[in-house]
Amino acid sequence: MKLPAAKPASPTTRALQVVPPSGPTAWLTTFTAGAMTFLCVFALALSLASGRLADRWSEALARTATIRLSAPLDQVQIQTDAILSTLATTPGIASFRAIDDAEARALLEPWFGPDLPIEALPIPRLFEIVEADPGYDSEGLRQRLVAEAPGAVLDDHTRWRRPLAEAAGRIRLLGVLSIALIGAAMAAMITLAARAALAANAEVIRVLRLVGAKDSYIARAFVRRFTLRTLAGAAVGAAAGIAGVAALPAADAAGGFLTGLGFAGTGWLWPLILPPLAALVAFLATRRAAFTKLRELT
Amino acid sequence: MIAFENVAYSYGGGNLLSDVSLRLAPGSFHFLTGPSGSGKSTFLKLAYAELLPTTGKITLFDRDVTDLSRDDVARTRRRIGIVHQDCKFLDHLSLAANMALPFTVSDRESAPQDMEDLLGWVGLDHLAHALPPQLSGGERQRAALARAVIVDPDVILADEPTGNVDWEMSLRILTLLVELNKMGKTILVATHDLNLIRQAKAQIQARVLRIAKHRIQLAGADL
Repeated sequence: MKLPAAKPASPTTRALQVVPPSGPTAWLTTFTAGAMTFLCVFALALSLASGRLADRWSEALARTATIRLSAPLDQVQIQTDAILSTLATTPGIASFRAIDDAEARALLEPWFGPDLPIEALPIPRLFEIVEADPGYDSEGLRQRLVAEAPGAVLDDHTRWRRPLAEAAGRIRLLGVLSIALIGAAMAAMITLAARAALAANAEVIRVLRLVGAKDSYIARAFVRRFTLRTLAGAAVGAAAGIAGVAALPAADAAGGFLTGLGFAGTGWLWPLILPPLAALVAFLATRRAAFTKLRELT
Repeated sequence: MIAFENVAYSYGGGNLLSDVSLRLAPGSFHFLTGPSGSGKSTFLKLAYAELLPTTGKITLFDRDVTDLSRDDVARTRRRIGIVHQDCKFLDHLSLAANMALPFTVSDRESAPQDMEDLLGWVGLDHLAHALPPQLSGGERQRAALARAVIVDPDVILADEPTGNVDWEMSLRILTLLVELNKMGKTILVATHDLNLIRQAKAQIQARVLRIAKHRIQLAGADL
């Protein structure tokens, strides 16, 4: 009987063939990788979006400031002129203007309705300042206003910006932490699955050791299999995650905070690194599990 | 090649082997006999470094087994062909692929002609593509023997290789072992089948060792 000539196969391919082709852990690894990567895409979107929002808020608020003028009625015009005069001579201010009654009424309308008698109410007069680059000396301006218009208060939004930036920073940190936790959970699941697969193939491993297989040879078969399964599952999970994020309402259309939780520009490329990253996690987790289990088994 | 010096092996508080000293010279043929549970399999496992001695020294190819790393043990086993009574195969691979395993695990290719010759030598050339569960007990034993010798090892260790087969098949396996010994291989066969030993002694110069009371003795004319 003539035996067919063996097909040339790489050492890794031949190593793969000595392990039975499927097991109960096959779908578990793929599913886990897919689900974890899906969640990871959302954590990544949250992290990137919070960072983007924080930057946007900080930038927008940092460039503008407001002056509030609360003064007796006979002093309002005098101090208004003093404020405008002071601003006109302050370097670092791109533009400034007094907000008129119509604009003030429009700002208050959502809370008090359209028929607000704004002239009869002690509502402070507002001035908007847009900062130039480089900006103005806020402490110097504050001192000049105290001298020229005692009823004026400069609000450069510092006290609003700090908690906003802190909150956004913490949300970003939470996102990164979530990604790390998801990665660790995936590594743990794959380790368990790999150990189960190794235990289920204890007899195969015993035969291989008996005919002179090194641990690295046996581990190679399991590591490659789990890495490829993870890569496939993670690719599907990442694709589903990207589709899910893409299906979220656009921020511009709805204008809310939550609707901004997507990717923007090159941010869409970030989820593409998740499948190789998941495969790397699987490679390291399976390799570690394989060598540990092999020492126990034989 | 394989040397035991005052080796003892204990398990679970009891001594299985005590004060064993033995040297397997190149090209020699040894039988190891003794009742079931006397420690024959333990002796063989010590000889291919699956177990380590509790005390004493075992040398495999001039290296102390306790100095061997796991990779060293794997490399050493490529020089030792091992045949078990309950010979194990990878059931998802064909007989030919199973026989080629020692080549496969060392990232080498077996020549198709060598494989064909080997299958013909053990009389299994018609079963090259069969899966192991389709083989009879005798066929499995011969396949295990073929797998053990495919990489041209220096030593063959066989643990009850005729334990699951009839007398006719036992003689056939014995003939294969004798042929290997005549080719220069060192052979150690653990068996409790005294008829098989008598049959072998008629053909070759074989030493017979007996395990009794945890020690190995040279068996005399009572065989």
